[in-house]
Amino acid sequence: MLTSIKSNHLTSSGQRLGMMYFRVAIILFGAQLLMGLIAAIQFIYPAFLFELFDFSVARMVHINALVVWMLYAMIGATYYMLSDETEHEGVAIGLGKLAFWVLTLAVTIVVLVYIFIQIGPGKESTIWLINEGREYIEAPRWADIGIVVVVLIFYWNVFATYLAGKKTGIMTVMVANLLALAGLYLAGMFFTDNISMDQFWWWWVIHLWVEATWEVFVGTLAAYALIKIIGAKREVVEMWLWIEVLMLFGSGILGLGHHYFWIGTPEYWWEIGALFSALEPVPLIAMFVHVLYDWGKEQGINGEKPAINNGPAMAWLVTNAFGNFLGAGIWGFFHTLPQVNIYTHGTQFTAAHGHLSFFGAYATILIGTMYLGLQGAYGVKQMKATFNSKMGLFLSTFGVLGMGVALTIAGYEQVLVERAELGAGWNAFFVAQDLPWYVQAQLWRAIMGVVTLLGFVYLVLDLLTIGKKARAAEA
Amino acid sequence: MAKENLSVWTSIPFWRRSAAWVTGFASILLIWLTFDTMGQISMGTEADLAKGITKRVPAPTVINYHIDYKMSEKRGHEVPVIGKKQPFFGKEWSEKEAAALLHLGKLTSQAKNCMNCHTLLGNGAYYAPDLTKAWLDPAWQKSGAMQAMTGKNTVEEAMAEFLQHPSQYPTHARMMPNLDITAEEAKGLVAFLKHMSSIDTNGFPRNFSKTVDQFKNGGTNAH
Repeated sequence: MLTSIKSNHLTSSGQRLGMMYFRVAIILFGAQLLMGLIAAIQFIYPAFLFELFDFSVARMVHINALVVWMLYAMIGATYYMLSDETEHEGVAIGLGKLAFWVLTLAVTIVVLVYIFIQIGPGKESTIWLINEGREYIEAPRWADIGIVVVVLIFYWNVFATYLAGKKTGIMTVMVANLLALAGLYLAGMFFTDNISMDQFWWWWVIHLWVEATWEVFVGTLAAYALIKIIGAKREVVEMWLWIEVLMLFGSGILGLGHHYFWIGTPEYWWEIGALFSALEPVPLIAMFVHVLYDWGKEQGINGEKPAINNGPAMAWLVTNAFGNFLGAGIWGFFHTLPQVNIYTHGTQFTAAHGHLSFFGAYATILIGTMYLGLQGAYGVKQMKATFNSKMGLFLSTFGVLGMGVALTIAGYEQVLVERAELGAGWNAFFVAQDLPWYVQAQLWRAIMGVVTLLGFVYLVLDLLTIGKKARAAEA
Repeated sequence: MAKENLSVWTSIPFWRRSAAWVTGFASILLIWLTFDTMGQISMGTEADLAKGITKRVPAPTVINYHIDYKMSEKRGHEVPVIGKKQPFFGKEWSEKEAAALLHLGKLTSQAKNCMNCHTLLGNGAYYAPDLTKAWLDPAWQKSGAMQAMTGKNTVEEAMAEFLQHPSQYPTHARMMPNLDITAEEAKGLVAFLKHMSSIDTNGFPRNFSKTVDQFKNGGTNAH
């Protein structure tokens, strides 16, 4: 189906490989939304697919599809930028293609096993073959090892191409950051009987991905996109990028401490986690200001008219600037202090933050990059937003925002009743889950989930047709 | 790039160097703290338990002891309190047996994907109750609803029975599905839960299962 996204006009094989990753990313994004919808329905009708396709299965595929589609889109974006930035074809794109097919086959097998086999007996073989049972990084060990091999091929491609080609500031940040991003995965590949030790290292992967290296990745993507879309000056963009790296790593690395408040780790993490994670919104404000400032001041600096050459990509980039600050920054700051977090930890508050931040910080800019890819793939000079692009952006953003608000209300109910009034526990949990306003919030979450899915349908329609239309308009 | 910069604040090399220094410094600090934390969260030993030495994560043999969760005036929040010996499934477990049972339980918790409905130490999914202090939950104690429903006389037997046949004991429309948990695996899971309840979580969850009456009496409802 997605082969109707042509990449004929791309002269670089690296960029074509990037497009292959984008196609799979979009399919997995759709899978994520469907699984989320099943899980949302189960909150309202618990009998839905009970003992057939339980919440745990839907939720596992929901969050795994999320992580994997984003990694696919990131790899795609990297391959797309690589030859553009380094002015080099890419050292081993053929091998990169092989790695793509190996990875895609592995992902397919893992998902089929999740869906049809689901769980196994309490033995090592389950962890090796079926699922590792650790949120976000459930992939069984055989797949972990496969992922490491594929990522090594990918990284070698990027690194060797960087060395062989032109070394821009953007690519320097990219190469250094990807090394950390890939290396961190290793911290999640071992088994221990000690649950505190387990979660300590688990957070090294999860937090140092989404609150450090992934954010820096977004910074490099935004820098590249601003140069491509509005022709921003490289010196300005690269200076901002280094400032962002400074602030993101300066706050995010030790901000890891906000996951170490309650898992058995010592009390000094209260102060360290509170201080550094409270600073985490600062770089997000900077990124927001940077994108909007450049939009206002840098566009068309080379005297080209019209100044924005890719409408949908720019719209998603600006949504990213808002969404990253709102979803990751504000919603994260809400519950990052231990004084608050002792009540909010493990409630729907976290789910609200998760939805808003993954969408705001990552989904938006990765979709924007896909539009950049389409522009190149169809050799279009000027890509204007269509009705479908606008509906896709508006409905999915509105839907996710609605889910975020609904889950925040659910979380608020849960915090007050389950945690503050009744002090957690089995009975407290169910009393809060049955509160009318909690139930109502879950209903709104499901409705907003449908709105998001509708936005996704428009988005896919647009991705399939916008290139051809824009090409026809220019011909 | 060739243009001379008028101010250090717009100089790329300045920000690049600063980014490298700050990242390096933060990373080194994190690694140093990690070493310290590793020492503090390594599992204790049976000797520690016997001598009453408090460890943040006690030895697997903590399953042979009575565990409570009480307010500590000094620390300002609740902490696990390890008490007298108490049989677990009717016996005292040797170090080797306890370690093997905990291993089976932790492995089973992952193999059955518990974390994608429940939270453990507050992390996971929010579809089912938090399991951090589940061992101490009033629902499972004598006179608690869950123990009464399973018809068993101890917390561990009641929990093990429920885990093997969860959908036979429905309490709400939202039920736990049958996960083909064997009798041995269920014992392991209960050991895992009992061990987890003995971990010092800096007072999370706060006021665990406190009812209004107990609030007045200034105690917790753990048991």
